[in-house]
Amino acid sequence: MNRYRWRTLGLEMVMIAVAVVVAFPVYVLVNLAIRPAADTSSPIRPTTRPTLDSFTQAWQEGGLGGALVNSVLVTALSVLVVLAVSSLAAYPIARATAKWSRGMFLLIMLGLILPFQLAALPLYQTMRDLGLLGSVWALVLFYSGLQVPFTTFLYIGFMRALPRDFEDAAAIDGCRPLEVFRYVVFPMLKPITVTALVLNAISVWNDFFTPLLYLSGSDQQTVPVALAGFVGQFVSDWNLIFAALVISIVPILAVYFALQRSIINGFAGGLKG
Amino acid sequence: MTTIPNRHKTGPGTTPPWWFAAPAMLLFAFVVLIPSARGVYYAFTDWDGLSPDFSWVGLGNFTDMVDDPDARQAIWHTLVIAVAITVIQNGFGLLLALGVNTMIKSRNVLRVFLFAPAVVTPIVTAYLWRNLLGPDGAVNSLLGAVGLGGWRQDWLGDPQLALWSIVGVIVWQFGGYSMVIFLAGLQSVPKEIYEAAAIDGTGPVRRFWSVIRPLLAPAFTINLMLSIIGGIKLFDQVYALTGGGPGHATDTISTLIYKDAFTLGEFGYSIALAMVLTIIVAVASTSQYFVLARNERAAA
Repeated sequence: MNRYRWRTLGLEMVMIAVAVVVAFPVYVLVNLAIRPAADTSSPIRPTTRPTLDSFTQAWQEGGLGGALVNSVLVTALSVLVVLAVSSLAAYPIARATAKWSRGMFLLIMLGLILPFQLAALPLYQTMRDLGLLGSVWALVLFYSGLQVPFTTFLYIGFMRALPRDFEDAAAIDGCRPLEVFRYVVFPMLKPITVTALVLNAISVWNDFFTPLLYLSGSDQQTVPVALAGFVGQFVSDWNLIFAALVISIVPILAVYFALQRSIINGFAGGLKG
Repeated sequence: MTTIPNRHKTGPGTTPPWWFAAPAMLLFAFVVLIPSARGVYYAFTDWDGLSPDFSWVGLGNFTDMVDDPDARQAIWHTLVIAVAITVIQNGFGLLLALGVNTMIKSRNVLRVFLFAPAVVTPIVTAYLWRNLLGPDGAVNSLLGAVGLGGWRQDWLGDPQLALWSIVGVIVWQFGGYSMVIFLAGLQSVPKEIYEAAAIDGTGPVRRFWSVIRPLLAPAFTINLMLSIIGGIKLFDQVYALTGGGPGHATDTISTLIYKDAFTLGEFGYSIALAMVLTIIVAVASTSQYFVLARNERAAA
């Protein structure tokens, strides 16, 4: 059964054909982005006169540079905060047997189910009253809270399967609880931290609904909001729009292909947790 | 995963203090719990989002919803999308996983490439597809080029088709995601089990159904949960592909919430819609959880 046969070759061809079909939109994306704006031939015909004009124009007019900086900032800070507070919170919730620990666990479970749409409008009002609309800092605060249930849940599941012996030994040796967490528990959480990092970073980076609500009408933008504004402005100037889309995709795909193993394992990681 | 029994249930000073959870719980309360609780309250009022004066309308928003064809349609579309995505995306993802989990030489490369769309921002892929699916877009050009010109459609402009085009875009983007989770499940199946089944002379279909499928139960649980909940909450792709149109032909609960609140100022009604969404998510996830957990136990 472990040999490469004719049937395996057939399967290989079919799978590659499927991959080509899946990749087809990316071909059209690049093809349209690099062809001259005047070229109105069929979008599937490969261009003979590639140009970077659309890219320079999209970069200059789309405010993408600022949006990329904001997106990086918001993603990095939110993920840092959410990993720190969630791993710390999961520790007592996973270990303690008291009523409050059970109560917090149930709240976390509730948080997993509640769709953000329910909280979105009241929170919009609160943010407005606090003068936080239109600020990327508000987004950091927002994601730090929004991602807590999911992240804490991942940590609790992982931590419950870890032995307590190391913690006990460290405590007997005179470590205070925070030191036990910092030097003993947190290093053991590394696999689930990688998973949580990947999943949080991608969902924060890709989120559109929240910045659409909380940043609209301001000059502060994240990449998805900047793109939506760009499409609204250049309605059917698709060469330009596609160039902007390519600019926004390149950083994500670069990170993805560089770290593909950890990223794919991160996505599949929930299964083992 | 086996749990190692805790030998010292109450070891000396080892139970971490409750306040470790305080920062996370405060953030969680500020962003999710308190606004959600207020949302539940506002669903029974005629709040417009701005004025401090609003009044209690009881079930008024919900009875309005029953009389509102847009809301009824949006709820229906949401359910259709969620079920369609769940079935098609997972079917596609499972086939991909079975194809990749073989001896083919390109398996590692294929895994990386087929998963790639899942990390791209949904609004970006949606704008890309908005062009591809247009009347003069690449999909129609391709159909013409391969002699299927008769199949050309206005994929997003035809009210009968638009919803299915959205489903197609999502399957394209997240089929690889389902694949990766199924693959992780397949790779946890010990090789000896496949070989034993192959030696026993069971055919591939039978081998899948009675040997592999039960062992994939945890992967099914995760995949079905992810796709059904993602489908119910769907917003970005609809917003970017059709904006809910043509007419209201592709409005989902989430796009209607957005429109009612921010273009019509009907915050109370909009939050009542969010309540309906919450109830659907809660029912879907808990019932699915119990059904699948039972199947997992049965398979174990």
